[in-house]
Amino acid sequence: MNIVLQVWRQDSPESRGGFKTYQVKDISEEMSFLEMLDILNERLINQGEEPIAFDHDCREGICGTCGVMINGQAHGPQQGTATCQLHMRKFQDGETVVVEPWRATGFPLIRDLVVDRSAFDRIVEGGGYISVDTGSAPDANLIPIPKLVADTAFDAAACIGCGACVAACPNGAANLFTAAKISHLNLLPQGQSERWSRTENMVEIMEEFFGSCTNHGECEKACPKQISIDFIALMNADYVKAKFKNRRLVSQNG
Amino acid sequence: MTTTLESKVPSGPLADKWENHKFSVRLVNPNNKRKFKIIIVGSGLAGASAAATLGELGYNVEVFTFHDTPRRAHSIAAQGGINAAKNYHNDGDSVYRLFYDTIKGGDYRSREANVHRLAEVSLNIIDQATAQGVPFAREYGGLLDNRSFGGAQVSRTFYARGATGQQLLLGAYSALMRQVETGKVKLHTRIEMLDVVKKDGRAVGIVTRDLVTGEVKSHSAHAVVLATGGYSNAYFLSTNAMACNVSAIWRAHRQGAAFANPCYTQIHPTCIPASDEFQSKLTLMSESLRNDGRIWVPKSADDKRGPNEIPPEDRDYYLERMYPAFGNLVPRDVASRASKRMVDSGKGVGPLENGVYLDFQSAIEREGKDVIEDRYSNLFEMYNRITDENPYKVPMRIYPAPHYTMGGLWVDYNLMTTVPGLYAIGEANFSDHGANRLGASALMQGLADGYFVLPYTIGDYLADYLGDSVVPTDDPVFNEVEDAVSGRVDGYLSANGTRSVDWFHKELGKIMLDQCGMSRSESGLQKALSDIPALYEEFQSDMRVLGTNESMNQSLEKAGRVDDFFELAQAMCVDALARDESCGGHFREEFQTDEGEALRDDENFAHVASWFWTGDAGNPELVKEELEFENVALTTRSYK
Ligand SMILES: Cc1cc2nc3c(=O)[nH]c(=O)nc-3n(C[C@H](O)[C@H](O)[C@H](O)COP(=O)(O)OP(=O)(O)OC[C@H]3O[C@@H](n4cnc5c(N)ncnc54)[C@H](O)[C@@H]3O)c2cc1C
Ligand code: SF4
Ligand code: FES
Repeated sequence: MNIVLQVWRQDSPESRGGFKTYQVKDISEEMSFLEMLDILNERLINQGEEPIAFDHDCREGICGTCGVMINGQAHGPQQGTATCQLHMRKFQDGETVVVEPWRATGFPLIRDLVVDRSAFDRIVEGGGYISVDTGSAPDANLIPIPKLVADTAFDAAACIGCGACVAACPNGAANLFTAAKISHLNLLPQGQSERWSRTENMVEIMEEFFGSCTNHGECEKACPKQISIDFIALMNADYVKAKFKNRRLVSQNG
Repeated sequence: MTTTLESKVPSGPLADKWENHKFSVRLVNPNNKRKFKIIIVGSGLAGASAAATLGELGYNVEVFTFHDTPRRAHSIAAQGGINAAKNYHNDGDSVYRLFYDTIKGGDYRSREANVHRLAEVSLNIIDQATAQGVPFAREYGGLLDNRSFGGAQVSRTFYARGATGQQLLLGAYSALMRQVETGKVKLHTRIEMLDVVKKDGRAVGIVTRDLVTGEVKSHSAHAVVLATGGYSNAYFLSTNAMACNVSAIWRAHRQGAAFANPCYTQIHPTCIPASDEFQSKLTLMSESLRNDGRIWVPKSADDKRGPNEIPPEDRDYYLERMYPAFGNLVPRDVASRASKRMVDSGKGVGPLENGVYLDFQSAIEREGKDVIEDRYSNLFEMYNRITDENPYKVPMRIYPAPHYTMGGLWVDYNLMTTVPGLYAIGEANFSDHGANRLGASALMQGLADGYFVLPYTIGDYLADYLGDSVVPTDDPVFNEVEDAVSGRVDGYLSANGTRSVDWFHKELGKIMLDQCGMSRSESGLQKALSDIPALYEEFQSDMRVLGTNESMNQSLEKAGRVDDFFELAQAMCVDALARDESCGGHFREEFQTDEGEALRDDENFAHVASWFWTGDAGNPELVKEELEFENVALTTRSYK
């Protein structure tokens, strides 16, 4: 099949970017979207043009490294699928496909399709953990966890940190990511002691970097792991409680 | 040059060695730990767990990763599970049994003491991970569930749906980020280590390149730990993530660290077969699928019917037929070679006739679709996305692919390489899996090294340097290495050839897969050893790397990695050629039984082949570490 690609090219954060059009001929439907970009890059190198920079690694939909806007949709047209898992059979022969980087103030552009998502690490640093030093854990089966609870925690923990939720959100909010991180731990018995401080810290760091959520729900549609926005509701409820509880704890200490 | 290898295995009964050793190694007292600085390269399971633990203990740690965040490390992709001898299911498991299975699975080519220690600490890993909030699968009663993996007759594999590596890495990453917040760990992302720096024979730091700005920079420390993963990408097509590479350990090797058993590579039996020549990587379908899937090919090579039209009597469930005791759960090397024999004999299935079937029909009938879905839904979905086929209805097609490298930097019992102060942990070292790794044991080893072994053993080395400050980065030893690194980078950019780096990588991969893959022969290896240097020369003169050093340049990154793969590939072939026997993943056609099984030569080859760099990649110097077996008897592995 043949397709026409319009790709965002930008040499550096400071330089001006713009779309460039490429005719990508004779590709196979069996190819993944990123393999199609590989081939285009190979051809560009042969012609003496610098290849398109894009982030990717596992190509199995689990590392969260890949991610571009394809025809205005984060990770492209297939639901529940990261860019690397998308195959060319989802496109029409002759179709024009527009490829852009994630666009959000929380994700500054580095080059072409590559952005800096390190703000996610800052959010996790703020409390996305359970404080347990190595060697101090009790036997694992001492903490029975109902299967349903473990499964729901897993559903939240499945987040791959790709940033599609932010890219899809008209406000550039990171609520789905943050809610997934918080809910995973807040749902588990092990996560209870730090529940309130975790929630308050992580939400507030999130707000430093990202826009505010106004319940558009675009994040859920774009998420390759189909993380549910119900987790945002859980986070919001915990945040309200956290504000109250944390203050009470502080006043007790004081 | 080092000519003897001191394994530092403690004396005493097997089961007491680690306890005794922990008691006898020197410790650094809590107040002094903050006077030491440790560099860790890599943030996968091994690196993240080590960094978190060393930070908790009070050391100053700096972590480097070429990924944009530590959580992207290749460990994230592990699907199936992690072993531990918990015996929660009362099916006869024990530390000794896990030890024994691992030694046997490794075809008696690993150190007893290391493997026993691994089995011992496996128990703590599950506790630690659970306490961190890793959502392992549970039974309805709320307790932890287990499944079986190849090479074992007990259920000892803990799992988190099909994403065990992801969940364990997120656990280790969260512990790491907690230390980043306290300031004990400093994180450097999108920074690639390009060389080790030594002074007076000891490792004193590293030189890195910033992948965004191109800046080449030195970093000094009291000790350097490499947790940089495996080198299966030497084959180009493998199940490893695209960026996995050998450079960190290869550069260390060139600085004097012995490289052990480079030819021990694992070809995983259950991967999705390649669909065309543009394939960029192969996708693994977890081994756990062999719990419920049955592997078969048509009995007759001429049978071209679709899988569902072939009646049971015309199917050959060849693993069940050849290995009735273990059936579909034989170890990986055995399963892979059997599939290769089937495909080579013309019975391959699928459009390119390059696969065998992995069929869930019986399991779905026996257990119900819901149960199978609960166990494997994400794997089934992944398969469907790639092939557009529905494995609930049509059997999967699978074929072996390079997956894991048992070889790596030689380390002693303390996990230190032959360069004092330089450690290697996780897949980067050679330590525990012998000639074949059992499923679900890499995650176990990475976390064992990082959480429970290195944090104890590193103190023994550091204790000698209390009060010494780190070597300043303006010392000539750093300048020299910085210049060399910059020189290499400039060399790639100025080659101005006609072919992309990827093109060369693919060509190298083909040679390696043909001659040093699932089966190897003297003539094939010799051919590879003449073809690789010729291709390497072409690479050096004819590569084309566009752009500059000063902005993000992915072809430039790759050029350095492929450069090192060319040298490593030669070491792999030299090692495979020297090992005149078949063992585990190393199968030499000249050494097989009448039934086509691996034929070991314990008299001459029960050793670790450790190679030292001589300046000529095709001619490294061999030093052997003889393996001593005091507890297990060396038998021919039988899974019948
Ligand atoms: C698809 C797949 C499935 C698997 N499933 C299982 C399983 O079910 N059970 C099991 O036990 N094992 C499994 N394995 C094997 C296991 O995942 C790996 O062996 C293990 O995770 C390796 O961990 P590691 O910490 O040693 O290295 P990695 O996770 O590979 O981490 C390497 C780190 O080093 C960094 N790095 C490397 N070089 C440099 C450099 N030069 N400069 C800076 N940073 C560098 C990388 O950025 C990364 O952070 C699987 C492997 C694959 C490929
Ligand atoms: S919530 Fe979904 S879209 Fe957002 S980072 Fe996680 S996996 Fe990606
Ligand atoms: S490359 Fe890993 S999720 Fe796409």
